[in-house]
Amino acid sequence: MADLTLNRLDKRYGGFHAVKGIDLAVSDGEFVALVGPSGCGKSTTLRMIAGLEEISGGDILIGERLVNDLAPRQRNISMVFQSYALYPHMTVRENMGFTLKIAKRPQAEIDAAVAEAARALEIEPLLDRRPAQLSGGQRQRVAMGRAIVRSPDVFLFDEPLSNLDAKLRGQMRTEIKKLHARLGATVVYVTHDQVEAMTLADRIVIMRDGHIEQADTPDEVFNRPATRFVAGFIGSPPMNMIEAEVRGDRLRAPDGAELPLPQAFRDRVSEGQRVTFGLRPDDIYPTGHGLHAGTQVETRPLEVELTEPLGNETLLFIRFGGQEWTSRMLNPRHLRRGEVVEFQFDLSRAHLFDAESGLSLRDA
Amino acid sequence: MKPWRLSPHILLLLPAVLVLLAVVILPLILSFWSSLTPFRLTRPDSIYDFVGLRNYARLMGDGQFWSAFGRTVLLLTVALNLEMLLGLGLALLIERASRGQRILRTLLMFPMMFSPVLVGFQFKFMFNDNVGLVNNALQSLGLTNSAIPWLIDQHLAFFSIVVAEIWSSTSVFAIFILAGLMAMPRDPLEAARVDGCTPWQTFRFVTWPFLMPFAFIAMTIRSLDVARAYDIIKIMTDGGPARRTEVLWTLIARTGYADSKMGMANAMAYVAILLSILFTVIFFRKLAQSREQIAAEW
Ligand SMILES: Nc1ncnc2c1ncn2[C@@H]1O[C@H](COP(=O)(O)OP(=O)(O)O)[C@@H](O)[C@H]1O
Ligand SMILES: [Mg+2]
Repeated sequence: MADLTLNRLDKRYGGFHAVKGIDLAVSDGEFVALVGPSGCGKSTTLRMIAGLEEISGGDILIGERLVNDLAPRQRNISMVFQSYALYPHMTVRENMGFTLKIAKRPQAEIDAAVAEAARALEIEPLLDRRPAQLSGGQRQRVAMGRAIVRSPDVFLFDEPLSNLDAKLRGQMRTEIKKLHARLGATVVYVTHDQVEAMTLADRIVIMRDGHIEQADTPDEVFNRPATRFVAGFIGSPPMNMIEAEVRGDRLRAPDGAELPLPQAFRDRVSEGQRVTFGLRPDDIYPTGHGLHAGTQVETRPLEVELTEPLGNETLLFIRFGGQEWTSRMLNPRHLRRGEVVEFQFDLSRAHLFDAESGLSLRDA
Repeated sequence: MKPWRLSPHILLLLPAVLVLLAVVILPLILSFWSSLTPFRLTRPDSIYDFVGLRNYARLMGDGQFWSAFGRTVLLLTVALNLEMLLGLGLALLIERASRGQRILRTLLMFPMMFSPVLVGFQFKFMFNDNVGLVNNALQSLGLTNSAIPWLIDQHLAFFSIVVAEIWSSTSVFAIFILAGLMAMPRDPLEAARVDGCTPWQTFRFVTWPFLMPFAFIAMTIRSLDVARAYDIIKIMTDGGPARRTEVLWTLIARTGYADSKMGMANAMAYVAILLSILFTVIFFRKLAQSREQIAAEW
């Protein structure tokens, strides 16, 4: 195991700037998830770390070693591909032992390593099959097995679960978490699924258009998003957001609706400033159905436009300030469409972003 | 009594069956029968002289026949192996080319568009000891002063024929292997690089196993081709000089037409066909094996 450092890492494809000088330090044993929308440069970053893609600028260090110009085989990394990339002509056993065979390790050691990985992943009965004879979930396990057999410095995962159905994905997520706990490995895990990132990672790196928007713990990115983009990307259902203007100690929406300016931001905005106001569905709720006890609560009677009962909670859709808001009602009671209910807006948990830059106006 | 009638499906198949009978089965029977007679084109009656397996028995002890047989197998082995190596190299190079790949692929087909007879003439001229291009070039470069007897010396003539065969047919291998390369999934190659393979090891352990079935298809096709090699050799050396480059089919044609021993020639042809069948069976086995290995879905 080793730590991993990216310094001003850059990638251009001809005229297209795919990765724009990112800095990232992954410490030994840390699980870092790279998330972001499709095409934001996650895979490119991962493939540069693996050495499968030339870098256009900057440095990559694994441990103390500068690996910029090293071939993938000299970097001592393992990678799990989205398509699994198993060798079709080899059995599961051969697939898993291949890296050790290439490293010319003694057969006994190879057998032992394969057996141990197979036991950990519960694929012992499959060892003599070929990949074509396996289901998607089984192939996924074999791909993971192939990665852990060599005890690399860094594990790289590129959307390893995205080809699995939802149930299997949940199972494998748990397994990956267990595996990480057991191996204490340094992991960089690419996904576009924020749930995967939140549940697995020690630290989440949110990327957008080739740069890093925020790199922080799941708790921080959820509760203190650094930008409007992060706020909208993390969390499900997504955060409610509305454009507004600062008017004294109030915020005014384009249609004239007003809310008090959240206290935390009093000294951080100027009169007339255009901002984006954000509030998670958890922080808007019919009176008595909230998650937190807010310190600055604004109450409004609003009409319920639509309900989505989920059993333990119900999502309510309401209209305010000229747009639709999602509200999460815990311990749900029965509400009908069209019913008018008192809704509480917990402004102590609100987010405010500069409308131009999209940066959070919260103190750093 | 009801008039006897053919059922429609038999009736409909009849034309095909009749054509097959006329152009395939009948000649086969006829030629096989003639291989059991001392049939000569100059004495048509001789086709009724049944002599049993005498022709075949004579063949078994016929040194000329077996040397032609051996030479055919040698030609097949040498030409096919070289063609495969060169074809593989060409395919790998073309697959690398990021631009102009389509033009290169088309160019690759060019040698296949020439009639083998033309290829024969072309190489006969190039290897001619007096006026040939090869000797001219070697002499101009000062590499030799003598006129090298390319088509006269036994080994050189064999070499010249191999060169002509390779020129005209390497592209068969190149095209099949290129098709394999293009159908190949990229990810296992990257996985191999991460798993620690050098470029050579990636080729050896991942690329080549995937390409093998494609190479065996080309092998099968080309083994049938070379086992009945005739035209190029007929033009370049006519099996000579003094039968030093005689292969099965030049010998068979000579026996049948020049010596007009058609019965004997047919017997030889049947033995020759056994050789082709043998090679086909071998390569098909290998093909099936390697297809199963890569879990091919075709
Ligand atoms: N080989 C390539 N040539 C040109 N552009 C590429 C290449 N690979 C990726 N890109 C572009 O780089 C951007 C980032 O790609 P990628 O890292 O694969 O995104 P993702 O975050 O979805 O994994 C995309 O816009 C993609 O189109
Ligand atoms: Mg990707």
